[in-house]
Amino acid sequence: MIFLQSLRMALSSIASNKGRSFLTMLGVIIGVAAVISATGFAMGSTAEITDSIEALGTNKLMVFNTSRQSNRDMSYEDFKEFTEANPELISQMAPIVNGNSTVKYGTANGDFSILGTSPDYADIDDAHVQEGRYILDLDMEFRQKVAVIGTYVVNELFESTSPIGEKIKIDGNVFTVVGILEEKGGGPENSEDDMIIIPVTTGQRIFNNARITSFEVLTTSSEVVDEAQAAIENYMMSIFNSEESFKVYNSAFFLETLEDITGTMALILGGIAVISLIVGGIGIMNIMLVSVTERTREIGIRKAIGARKSSIMIQFIIEALVLTGLGGIIGILLGIGAIIFLISNFVTPVVDPMWVSLSFGFSLFIGLVFGIFPAYKAANLNPIEALRYE
Amino acid sequence: MTSLIDIKDMHKSYVMGSNVVKALDGVDINILNGEFVSIVGPSGSGKSTLMNMIGCLDVHDSGSYHLDGVDISDLSDKELAAIRSEKIGFVFQGFNLLPKFTALENVELPLVYRGFSHKQRKKYALEALDRVGLSDRIHHKPTELSGGQQQRVAVARALAGNPPVLLADEPTGNLDTHTGSEILSMLDEINSQGNTIILITHDSLLAHRAKRKIEIVDGLILSDAEVK
Repeated sequence: MIFLQSLRMALSSIASNKGRSFLTMLGVIIGVAAVISATGFAMGSTAEITDSIEALGTNKLMVFNTSRQSNRDMSYEDFKEFTEANPELISQMAPIVNGNSTVKYGTANGDFSILGTSPDYADIDDAHVQEGRYILDLDMEFRQKVAVIGTYVVNELFESTSPIGEKIKIDGNVFTVVGILEEKGGGPENSEDDMIIIPVTTGQRIFNNARITSFEVLTTSSEVVDEAQAAIENYMMSIFNSEESFKVYNSAFFLETLEDITGTMALILGGIAVISLIVGGIGIMNIMLVSVTERTREIGIRKAIGARKSSIMIQFIIEALVLTGLGGIIGILLGIGAIIFLISNFVTPVVDPMWVSLSFGFSLFIGLVFGIFPAYKAANLNPIEALRYE
Repeated sequence: MTSLIDIKDMHKSYVMGSNVVKALDGVDINILNGEFVSIVGPSGSGKSTLMNMIGCLDVHDSGSYHLDGVDISDLSDKELAAIRSEKIGFVFQGFNLLPKFTALENVELPLVYRGFSHKQRKKYALEALDRVGLSDRIHHKPTELSGGQQQRVAVARALAGNPPVLLADEPTGNLDTHTGSEILSMLDEINSQGNTIILITHDSLLAHRAKRKIEIVDGLILSDAEVK
């Protein structure tokens, strides 16, 4: 009963002081809105990254040469021999040499990613040509200057002419465009469509770099990924004699890394939320203290006609809870609004019920914590002095 | 008749800066059920302190005080609040109504603290407002009422829980003579219906409207006699 009465009184007291109540709640509103929109953004982008990592496939391994010593190397031929010796584990592999180069066609030019690889890369990366042909074993053997280009490159360099058969210059070397890749990354810069694929042997030559930086490996199934990874690591150890000189990654590793990042992000967001809500709570405590002083006489009257300390305490705590609860609700609505109208332009955002209820719960908790001191002060006023207060 | 208020050798001092003020210096009062008593004295006489003691807003230093058979000396804050809620009805000089509440809500308030149900509260509050003749003003807020009407609401609030003691502290102090006289007539009528009334005032003319007058000066009872 006291609760219902106090709730009603709190609402009417907030309603009669709308401007001040709103300013009081502002800290909590901003804090909660920030949490909801930031988590919405973070979880949305995490989901997108997870999707694209999973799209890489679960039976893929990446082998990196991180050795600084030039005399130790993994050559394409040696690695090919190794993979062919393990057909039960490895179905396909492709060497990779990459770089960025200025590419010219007539007067048009631009900087693009150049990827030197072997024909198998088409299957491993699931990147096939929509027109023309992919690079062939023959191109590898004769170090042909042929290029398969992504749609972004097509759009940047060629206006209306069909690129197939045209000559482009990569760092001054003349290449013939033999194929166009299917659009994959949606077309923009730095996506998988911003790519020129050339034979790895040609790549090694034009980059003045005989070294293959990495291999992409497709295992026969996702069940043998761990086994294949161990086999490759053994093989690499036999070449380099040092764990520091190579790295073998699988897609699970990237997912784990992403989970680490997400966890850290959640911690940071949580920290920001806690801080902003505490600041909001201090604001609420401030106004509650003012309110207690303003209502000293009211408290005196209530005590004279029989209110216990606990009744007064409950009344003011409920008032603080209503303030923070209301602030929390407005903040949630504001945050969801920000997600729908702003963030959805960048990523597909997620409204997570856990974060919504967590931030609402925490704002109530803040109300409780910062309401206790003013409520205690009110409850312990001397009724005689309170009644005399003007 | 049974003794409602039984005060024996009550002492109370306050520390004001470096001085100790003896507000009550050995007071004996015995008030029976159904009496209409005025306590009169100049300002600083200790009558306000005495009212706070009788009203259980404060606790005496020494002596004893029994209210309706209950020893007040050793009660906790919580128990004092309960005593105030059940046994005392206050009427103040400045009315002391809550400005945002209607007359009905103001009268219901003490009943909220006594834990009455919504239905009971409304019933008792309406009865009390009827006794002070304000049945037609129950939804008015204090600012929409005249001073006399506000004090009537305050009296109704004091009566609502039907406490044995109605404690009126200068109830006419903020009213003109005519309205004040009306309020006193009302108190008289309420007393004739069986309620015990204690009127605290500095005005001895007013004090004569009670049936018994206790004069207090410098914390001591000067006289205690029937009003002729």
